[in-house]
Amino acid sequence: MKKPEPVQVIKHRRDVALQRLLSDVPYIQFLGVQFDRRGDELTAVLPFREEHIGNPMLPAIHGGVTAAFLEITAIIQLSWVSIWDDVEDDTAELPTRIQLPKTIDFTVDYLRSGLPRDAYARARVNRSGRRYASVHVEGWQDNRSKLFAQATGHFLMPDRTKAP
Amino acid sequence: MTPQSQADLVAKFIADMPHAKALSMTVERSGNGEAVISMPYDTRFIGDPETGVIHGGAVSALMDTCCGAAVMCHPNAGVPTATLDLRIDYMRPATPGDRITTTATCYHVTRSVAFVRAIATDADTNRPVATATGAFTVPPAKETAL
Repeated sequence: MKKPEPVQVIKHRRDVALQRLLSDVPYIQFLGVQFDRRGDELTAVLPFREEHIGNPMLPAIHGGVTAAFLEITAIIQLSWVSIWDDVEDDTAELPTRIQLPKTIDFTVDYLRSGLPRDAYARARVNRSGRRYASVHVEGWQDNRSKLFAQATGHFLMPDRTKAP
Repeated sequence: MTPQSQADLVAKFIADMPHAKALSMTVERSGNGEAVISMPYDTRFIGDPETGVIHGGAVSALMDTCCGAAVMCHPNAGVPTATLDLRIDYMRPATPGDRITTTATCYHVTRSVAFVRAIATDADTNRPVATATGAFTVPPAKETAL
């Protein structure tokens, strides 16, 4: 058995890989979505911004912002899972550009109105085949056990045989 | 409420909505449970840097806004409304550079739920970019409705 890599080396490689997934996508920056990583576990964070408001009277986060936030979480989680083995392999070269899965359908279940606070989300890949994947996402705000929205989506996986 | 004041109400509601402003949405028309809202192409909304195609999330936000607007201008529903559930099917990537236009129809309203469907197209109006179906809340009946 090989000696484990120094912790800062593996942490750096994981963070670089995650940043490559995120930094190229303008819409992720536009909404301001960030990701916290603990080992392989990702938590998406949406810091509250005034421009996320949909109903100024309540005020509440726009349903479309919630949908977009959960969809971003699902896509990044799915890509993260698919590149994880390469990230862990210190002999493998990280691809400079990673093709993202394409959304086939996405269904959002709005459980309570989104408050003008930061929101969090985690996705679980229920099934990931060669061509299709099914992902479930949970979103919450102040209280982890009180979801404000959840979603399920199906995705078309990038053709990895065509990867450069 | 008269159809015209209902349409004005929707236009004002969308104009005052911070996220609709952030995505530069425009109400093309609204009334009688139908709304048409469009969104320009913007490089900040790109989801696939390789092709320049808009992120599904931006399309979702447009669909959600348009469906909500259709509910607000339905004679038996109204303001405020909130999304209970929204499903979006993506048929094809929107052509980069094209404006995206959605048409939403609130096709059935009960005392508590409004059912809506919507379609999004780009410059090629014959091939849908995405479709949506959703359920929205209906405000409780007011005393003035007697």
